[in-house]
Amino acid sequence: MTAAAAEPNIDRPTDDIVDVLIIGAGASGAVVAASLAETRMKILCLEQGDWIRSTEFPAHGRDWEARRYGDFDISPNRRGRDTDYPVNDDNSIMKVANFNGVGGGTILFTAHYPRMHPSDFRVRTLDRVADDWPIDYWTLEPYFAENDRNTGVAGLAGDPAYPAHQPTMPPVPLGKTGTRYAKAMNQLGWHWWPSDISIATTDYNGRAKCINLGHCTPGCAQGAKASVDITYWPQAIRGRVELRTRCRVREITTDEHGMASGVIYYDSRGVERFQPAAIVILAANGIGTPRLLLNSTSERFPDGLANSSGLVGKNLMLHPWPQVVGYVEDELDGDRGPMTVMWSKEFYETDPSRDFVRGYTLQFARGTGPVNEAITSMIAGRLPWGRDHHRIYRTLLYRRLTIGVACEDLPEEHNRVTLDPVLKDGHGIPAPKIDYTLSENTRRMMEHGIARASEILAAAGGKNISCSRTLLNSPGHLLGTARMGLDPARSVVNEWGRCHDVKNLFIVDGSIWVTSGGVNPTSTIQALALYIADNIKKRLATLFD
Amino acid sequence: MSAETGLPTSQLHDLRRLAGFMVPADVDYGVPGADDELIFADIIRSLGRDAEAVRTALEMLHEIAGQDLDRLAAERAEKAMRTLLNRDDPVVKALGRAVLQCYYRDDRVLHGLGIEPLPPFPKGRPLEQGDWPLLDAVRGRPQMWRDDRKRET
Repeated sequence: MTAAAAEPNIDRPTDDIVDVLIIGAGASGAVVAASLAETRMKILCLEQGDWIRSTEFPAHGRDWEARRYGDFDISPNRRGRDTDYPVNDDNSIMKVANFNGVGGGTILFTAHYPRMHPSDFRVRTLDRVADDWPIDYWTLEPYFAENDRNTGVAGLAGDPAYPAHQPTMPPVPLGKTGTRYAKAMNQLGWHWWPSDISIATTDYNGRAKCINLGHCTPGCAQGAKASVDITYWPQAIRGRVELRTRCRVREITTDEHGMASGVIYYDSRGVERFQPAAIVILAANGIGTPRLLLNSTSERFPDGLANSSGLVGKNLMLHPWPQVVGYVEDELDGDRGPMTVMWSKEFYETDPSRDFVRGYTLQFARGTGPVNEAITSMIAGRLPWGRDHHRIYRTLLYRRLTIGVACEDLPEEHNRVTLDPVLKDGHGIPAPKIDYTLSENTRRMMEHGIARASEILAAAGGKNISCSRTLLNSPGHLLGTARMGLDPARSVVNEWGRCHDVKNLFIVDGSIWVTSGGVNPTSTIQALALYIADNIKKRLATLFD
Repeated sequence: MSAETGLPTSQLHDLRRLAGFMVPADVDYGVPGADDELIFADIIRSLGRDAEAVRTALEMLHEIAGQDLDRLAAERAEKAMRTLLNRDDPVVKALGRAVLQCYYRDDRVLHGLGIEPLPPFPKGRPLEQGDWPLLDAVRGRPQMWRDDRKRET
């Protein structure tokens, strides 16, 4: 590796140069760290958050449900840890969800683990909307399989909605709730299948199997959920990757040749330092990555780094995800077991007879715990105050059915991440601001999905069926803001993740997605990170050409 | 004045009265109200991120009632509390969250619901497999995914 030029500010402590610097220790950063470890390059990852010990997870305490509204809330604005940065989402119908720490969003994800479909990479060719990806499903297929092995995926082969693949463990139990859904789906004649879920249903690679704590989202105390702090990071650290926590990157610096020279960051004591690097890899998610690029201005890059296309921060996709809820008379699984149980792809592929293009996944969930049932039902207006409170509550607890409608939102440049002119994080770094509206196509898709989900719930014996449209639950899927493509005028990175403008700068997170599909993105984000890491390894001799 | 929350005594009184109105004790179900001493202490201790919102909600209540609830006749106090709780306002939702998150973790309340008052970990919970033969209706269905390779050849 050639040494990059040092940052000129001599007052700032400068660390020893590394070959590869990864920014962010979440879903994609961990993957690329573990994959590149075999090269024996000097690899460093800077992560603004902490390691989260399993004893810190809420499931250890009696306040386990309350903490999902506190220090384990999915919203950084509500959570407000000193390791978080604020996000101005006032001008967005959807609110941002993330987690800043080793593991990133996988600490708080539900572990629903579908792959993108082959058609998702060919939306222009097949459906005449948006753009095709510069790669396809078949390019990623071996990386999906490798990632499944590394991660451990529960599921069942044979789903007619997908190309053949073999999950590594048996599916999570259907339980009473899944059985109820399955009967309804069979009655309607619609497709369903046990979901691919990255939760261990058998002991797997040193991880104990799921014991149905039922509190997957705010961290798994059992270690059955495949957050990358317990999957990829141990592998990377054994490979001598260095991971420094509580290190917040302020900007990426460049040298006189327009190459990335390193980063300026604040260390765990708040000291501003310079970390030189030969290769910089961004893995900071679809909001953190454009924020960092837009904060990295210079004479050569006045509009932000790698932004000659003007597309950094644009085309934000968030996956609108209405949830339709109903209640049955019998007690079901409640919060016992992994939250998600099965999916339906009946309405996934484009159907010309509908008034929208593209489609959605229906995601079937179990119920929730006593506190969350009370709070969410109070907010939805189902649970009254006063004398009737107890009687009504007993008709709700453990009787809930919930179907999520995972809609594909297409890229639109006005949906974007910019820098807030006022809001800053704890280090004084400008915070991101998001602007996001729903397109007419997305609205029609949502209404179609809500209507179908309501039919399913009714067929399952559900009553009191409702759906909130005013504020969409945010799944925390942050996609599209530094898109991949062959044309430097219409994309930020090339077909293997290298920035068109800066030849030693790579992006491996959800920013590079061209379209969003109608699925949870983690499986595909990680397969993409493996694919990009593999390209870096194969092209080392000519990486910057 | 509460040292934990900074709420003045008058607001603490209003909050306790309000909590008991929101979730009253019920002899038939054998459960205490949210104004129970232990539960209310937990609510105060746990306000955390919602403290400011709860304070605002109590100020709204005072504005609606015109004075402290203790000085009002029962009927007028109840009307004021109902008016507040019917408001579609984030601070009222935060107030509800603050009460419910403590009420539904109280041992007596959970026992009344037939729930063992334990955190999920490490014991875990049983989950039945369910009726897997139902999947036979789906197995063997024709391919549903679009094969993009066919278009290209």
